[in-house]
Amino acid sequence: MRLDFHKNHRLLYGVALFGYVALTLLIAVGPALWVDAHNAPLPGSSPLTPEQLAGLKVYVDEGCLYCHTQQVRPLPQDQPFGRPSVPGDYARLRWLDAWQAPAMILGTERTGPDLSNVAERQPSEVWQYMHLYQPRSVAPASVMPAFPWLFRVEANPAPDAVVVPVPPPWAPAAGRVVATARARALVAYLLSLKQTPLPGGAGMAEAGAGAAGAPAGGASPGGGAGAAAPAANGAAVYGSICASCHQAAGQGLKGVFPPLAGDPVVNAPDPTEQIHTVLFGLQGKVIGGAHYAAVMPPWGTQLSDDEIAAVIDHERTSWGNHGPTITAAQVAALRKAEAPAGGGGGGGGGGRP
Amino acid sequence: MFTERPLTVQKTRIDELIDADRSLTRLVYAYVATGTVWLVFGTLVGEYLGLKFVWPDLGVEPWLSFGRLRPVHTNVVLWGWSSLGMVGLALWVVPRTCQRALHSVRLAWVALALINAAVLAGVVCLASGVNNGGGEYREFIWPVMGTFALALVLLAYDLYRTIAARATEEIYISNWYILGAFLWTIVLVTTGYLPWLQKGLGNTVIQGYYMHTGVGMWFTPMVLGLTYYFLPKLLNKPIYSYSLGVLAFWTQMVFYTMIGAHHFIFSPIPWWIQTVAIVFSVGMLVPVVAGTGNFLLTMRGSGSTIARSYSLPFILAGVIFYFFVSTQGTFEAFRSLNRVWHFTNFTVAHSHLAVYGFVVFLVWGGIYALLPRITGREPPQLAVGAHFWLALVGVLTYGFALMIGGTLQGESWLHQAPFIDSVSLMAPYWTGRAVGGTLMFLAHLIFAWNVWTMRPAAAPEPAPLPAAARAEAA
Repeated sequence: MRLDFHKNHRLLYGVALFGYVALTLLIAVGPALWVDAHNAPLPGSSPLTPEQLAGLKVYVDEGCLYCHTQQVRPLPQDQPFGRPSVPGDYARLRWLDAWQAPAMILGTERTGPDLSNVAERQPSEVWQYMHLYQPRSVAPASVMPAFPWLFRVEANPAPDAVVVPVPPPWAPAAGRVVATARARALVAYLLSLKQTPLPGGAGMAEAGAGAAGAPAGGASPGGGAGAAAPAANGAAVYGSICASCHQAAGQGLKGVFPPLAGDPVVNAPDPTEQIHTVLFGLQGKVIGGAHYAAVMPPWGTQLSDDEIAAVIDHERTSWGNHGPTITAAQVAALRKAEAPAGGGGGGGGGGRP
Repeated sequence: MFTERPLTVQKTRIDELIDADRSLTRLVYAYVATGTVWLVFGTLVGEYLGLKFVWPDLGVEPWLSFGRLRPVHTNVVLWGWSSLGMVGLALWVVPRTCQRALHSVRLAWVALALINAAVLAGVVCLASGVNNGGGEYREFIWPVMGTFALALVLLAYDLYRTIAARATEEIYISNWYILGAFLWTIVLVTTGYLPWLQKGLGNTVIQGYYMHTGVGMWFTPMVLGLTYYFLPKLLNKPIYSYSLGVLAFWTQMVFYTMIGAHHFIFSPIPWWIQTVAIVFSVGMLVPVVAGTGNFLLTMRGSGSTIARSYSLPFILAGVIFYFFVSTQGTFEAFRSLNRVWHFTNFTVAHSHLAVYGFVVFLVWGGIYALLPRITGREPPQLAVGAHFWLALVGVLTYGFALMIGGTLQGESWLHQAPFIDSVSLMAPYWTGRAVGGTLMFLAHLIFAWNVWTMRPAAAPEPAPLPAAARAEAA
């Protein structure tokens, strides 16, 4: 046997095949096994419930992951989506069933926003259902597909049915829109997408994005010392968190999400009610004769005093509103006043004899 | 006197009718014809998906939704059309360059049936909402992809036996690439589906390897191998450098395999894998420059032959796309540029310029070179020209619209504008993509007609060429 690739087909194809197998072991198989062996779910995270897991299957089968990533990069532009993703975020991914491999939730394209932390950003169940039934009913510029086949139209929904308040141009001619089990599973999955805090705080954002000199968006609730003008960008906070329901120009959605433009609370000289609403949430209020059933989530756990002051100032000075602006200190004061008894006693160092 | 200026260059008619084994002719034609059906179907789906970005509520049915049809489009054009086209040509090139009959024509027919069955079953699964986890090009569930892989094993065996029995002393360079591609693809599909490798974040490491080598170790070496046969044959002169082809073969195998992780730059997979991928992405310039340089130097001085050929313009375009898109891929891997382009529509432009501009143009070049010579039937000259120009202008429109739009999308994110801005700003570029896609789809309808006109004659004897045509060929 000659050692000549040109003339010895066994040698040529043997080297091509086994050389490639060796390279595959080196760059794919070895690292894949190593990564999985040295990975573990984050402390404090919990596995998906059976319903959430069913929702993940819907997420895969309907191809959500072709347009939505679940992969926050350590880059400044990814900060609105949460902290940078870490291996532990994916440690629980396993085969969906005997036929389907684990969901490739990291994704490769971002036609829509990243969903790693969507439940923190858009926790409203009502909004999620409306958005799935017809994305353009809550986000007019969206190009996301509508998923009406995850819903049923019923004339007389059962009392325990999840009825979706679809606004007029998109509502069916007769009957009411009810979420099917698949829609409920998908929303349960989406609302499970909350990033588990990293042990020891969010160190990685600074480490990874240091070079770019990004604005430090470290949210430390209640920790703001800020007495001066808020450093946070109110328009940016509004855009990433509030606008999905209250809409870009503060006009709200008739009968579902109240408008902020021209709202008496937003224009009131006393900001207490507005700060309270942002900090602790609201439900079931009657505004301008309309009853709003959808839940306004409490943002106090996610946004710093600085950010809350900035976003309230943005709302009070935009879309024709003329409410007086506020400071982070006012937010801090209200947060402290309403805090559960004994909550901040130990470490705060506030109480002086 | 006014002399009429012709609209097109008069194309040279084929001057030799190869006395091919009729069973092989029918086999090759069956691969090309079924592949063409998948091309028309797959790009009809792609065209429809492109329109959905302009009119999101166009066709609101589960099986017409974007999330289900996107993988239908990609898998059909990759595993259905491109693969069948390439394999069909390879089944002719390998025996020809070995000067031996194909080891088993029957085995190749079985493989053809398996591939078509797999793609059909895959389409039904995906459209009815059964997706294997959503990893790109890995969306067929394992029984379906296993059927496809079985066909590859049968074909690899068939070709290996043919090469082992060759009448030539040396193994022609085309056969290095073609059989290499089969062996590599069997390994990479196995790796992509072994259950104990796909879990946790490890599955993402495998996905990077799979989606990248799926393109780089199947489509790329197959069409390069075919071009190493068709280009010198059509120009009637030897390849510029045989050694460059050998260099490109080994560097392709080593460098390309290492760079899958460049699809996951800045992701939580180990940083060193990402860095290795970036370094070898630069290394890829070696096989790319060696390959394109070799082809272009072979073509040098043959401009008029290319202009007067049906198939050579496709090959020239494919070679230029190969160089452009590979270099583009290297740049996309750099962290500095990846932070602008990753996750944007720039990637969609890149993948279309690669698979369509490079792979598919070379497949078309091979089909137009081979079919008339083995069936004795030439397509209408005007129809081939219309196919070429519609496809070329179409893919350039498609590519540049999304490259510009994708860059603006990335810039919008860098400036931390509200996310919806990056959707709204794409409107004109998505319209541009739809226009380009429409031209491409029209080209495919014409190509399908041309394939029909090149079908083998039903009569036992292929129709001989008119004597006038032969005289013209000089």
